[in-house]
Amino acid sequence: METKGSKKRKPAVKAAIFGALSLALYLLLFVYEDTINNNFARGGLFAFLPIAAAFLFSFVHGSFTGSFWSVLGVEASKKGGTH
Amino acid sequence: MHDIAQHAANFITLDTLNIVYLFLVGFVGGLVSGFIGSGGAFVLTPAMMSLGVPGLVAVASNMCHKFPKSLVGALKRAKYGQVDVKLGVVLGISAEAGVLYGAGIQEKIKAAFGDAGSNLYVSACFVVVLAVVGGFVLYDAFKTGRAGAQNAPETKTRLAQWIQSVNIPGTMVYFKSLNARISVLFTIPLGFATGILASTIAVGGFVGVPSMMYVLGAPSLMASATELVIAFVMGLGGSFKFAMHGLVDIRLAMIILAGSLFGIQLGAIGTTYVKPFMIKIVMGVIMVIVLFSRALMVPVYMSQLGLIGKLGETTSKMLSSTSFAIMIFALAVGAFIVLRSMWIGRKEERQQLAAETVKVMA
Repeated sequence: METKGSKKRKPAVKAAIFGALSLALYLLLFVYEDTINNNFARGGLFAFLPIAAAFLFSFVHGSFTGSFWSVLGVEASKKGGTH
Repeated sequence: MHDIAQHAANFITLDTLNIVYLFLVGFVGGLVSGFIGSGGAFVLTPAMMSLGVPGLVAVASNMCHKFPKSLVGALKRAKYGQVDVKLGVVLGISAEAGVLYGAGIQEKIKAAFGDAGSNLYVSACFVVVLAVVGGFVLYDAFKTGRAGAQNAPETKTRLAQWIQSVNIPGTMVYFKSLNARISVLFTIPLGFATGILASTIAVGGFVGVPSMMYVLGAPSLMASATELVIAFVMGLGGSFKFAMHGLVDIRLAMIILAGSLFGIQLGAIGTTYVKPFMIKIVMGVIMVIVLFSRALMVPVYMSQLGLIGKLGETTSKMLSSTSFAIMIFALAVGAFIVLRSMWIGRKEERQQLAAETVKVMA
């Protein structure tokens, strides 16, 4: 059974994990800036590279930002979305 | 290959200040997009260009941040039951066709009248569309606010009622946001217009959201959430096309995305606290302020084309900077209304919960 405490801890753990992953992705992007830019902008079928990167960043960073607001206590109205 | 080497060389060097600036603009843009479905992107292209990014790279990188942002926003708002995926995909596909057609018009105008001609065309589209649609949205929102009908269920326009009553056999599709079956033929011109606008002024939602609300009869919360699906479909296709020409600067796109994903989550949460007419208020206010920003640029481009007397360099520069400042102001006002109404909504809910707890205990 889930306790109240574990429910509160969950977004914090998620935020920490995805936050670290997101930071790692951004570090990689800037450390290998030149190599990445040269290959991602080669055009043709290399177009898949920026698209794939956008999906990857949106999943990792999106999960982080979602749980980030939960950790701060900013969550959706309990009455639901559509009034 | 020549193309590629040239564009890769056009990618600017980024320093910390630039990164922070793009992150913040991304955040505010994301906040507004999460709330009204789009509308944050129009400021990002000029923001990047102000850092020295070439126009096409700025447009391409903006689009490459837009589709993953819209995806995250759509998923978040789907959790609140606000997204009509079917309507979004149907409109998104015809919007994609509109984007291609709109890009074709742009190329022809550019070839015939040069950069100034193309800029004048974009600004004129901004002014006309924002004046007509923005004025109507704002008028409708104020009418609802003044009549004290904020809590009343949204009514469908006569046009929407008529569209929902037309039966064209073989084309009827049920859409949950409309809670009705309509002919898919009606959605094609709307999606197409959204796409043309997206390729011209970078914000298709200024036509997409109002057309879902007033023409098809979707509630504003669902229309603004469904716009995120359209933006995703359009943005994905557009980004791929730009990336095939090596125009996407992935660093720029990902920095803006870093900020906008914080914003879009917050904007999406905000929609669960506000009354639906607030969507129209934010959208209408932004559209009308941006209208002034673009209108200021019209004489600049007209003078470049020789349609009016030549403006002095100082006057042109002053008009350009004022126009950019007004654009930033429009986004800031939008963000302020979103945050304020969210703050009030949260406060009211907390007070209500506290009152209910007291009642139960008594």
